[in-house]
Amino acid sequence: MGPSLLAELPALPLHTAGKYVAAAYIVAFVIVLIYVSIMAVRLSRIERDLGELLQALDERDAGQEPREQVSEASGEVLSQPAQGVR
Amino acid sequence: MYGRGLRALSFSTVAALCVAFSLVFFYAPLEAEQGFLQKIFYIHVPLAIITLCGFVFGAIMAIAHLRTGDQRWDMRSYVAIHMSLIFAVGVLITGSIWAKGSWGHWWVWDEPTLVSFLIVFLLYATYQPLRFSIEDPERQARYASVFAITAGAFVPLNFMAVRLSSAYLHPRVLGSTSNLPAKMGFTFVICLIAVALLYATLYKYEMTAKHTRAQLRALRRRVLSDETTAPRRSFQGSTAPGLRPSAPGGVLKMSAVRRPD
Repeated sequence: MGPSLLAELPALPLHTAGKYVAAAYIVAFVIVLIYVSIMAVRLSRIERDLGELLQALDERDAGQEPREQVSEASGEVLSQPAQGVR
Repeated sequence: MYGRGLRALSFSTVAALCVAFSLVFFYAPLEAEQGFLQKIFYIHVPLAIITLCGFVFGAIMAIAHLRTGDQRWDMRSYVAIHMSLIFAVGVLITGSIWAKGSWGHWWVWDEPTLVSFLIVFLLYATYQPLRFSIEDPERQARYASVFAITAGAFVPLNFMAVRLSSAYLHPRVLGSTSNLPAKMGFTFVICLIAVALLYATLYKYEMTAKHTRAQLRALRRRVLSDETTAPRRSFQGSTAPGLRPSAPGGVLKMSAVRRPD
């Protein structure tokens, strides 16, 4: 059934007009493609920023916990840099 | 919030575009005068209609912004105009290709429809420079809204003026002079729906991206303000490596964070 249906479809007359029609549809496709690519770049930037922010929060939380314990015991403000923080 | 239903919309758009292009090339009959070249009509005209509707949509959003003062309406107006400008580039290029194939020229200056669309495009091309030349966000949004409403009112006026003009060189698609056969008309409507869905999908993607970026900026501000307002001992080596001085959206710079002596 498939081949017989395909045989009944009209053939595309890709002569002189074909290049113009192809160009018009390709242009429309390329514009959308460029836009989607820009969106993908933006999305990756958002993802990277979010990753950095999460990493910063993790490192801050990890650095604060031991300091809190020491300062509670001694009652003094710490002067040594916390571990794992640049 | 903005991303809800985005996947379904994206799949609907892809499906609609596939159906539309299949109808264009395998269902719609060849036009008697232009033959195969007339297939450009099915992409060019829906793009033009959706572009103009997008400009008017942007104006409606701008009215809502001026009435309520809610910045979200301004963002919607901006994104609608931004998307329409991208579609307008497609309209101009596909129109030029069609003109070259049909009339032998890339552009015809005495054709009112072409020139009027170019005027509308150039008018909206000044929207973004105007918007970003104002630094104060509130003034920026207000001026941009006023521009969007004025230009949006110009779009239907321009459309009517062109239709009332005496030169009817450009083919009329919608209205009493339209003589599209049923198969062509059906294909055209499907193409129009597909392009409208494409516009809606890209609009939603853009809104979602902007909303996510705004949320990220707010989160960054909160993290940085927590660091600056926390007790002094909590600053101990708390320079977060991920918070770069030049990070986009970072309001507080690293140099502003007090370090212990």
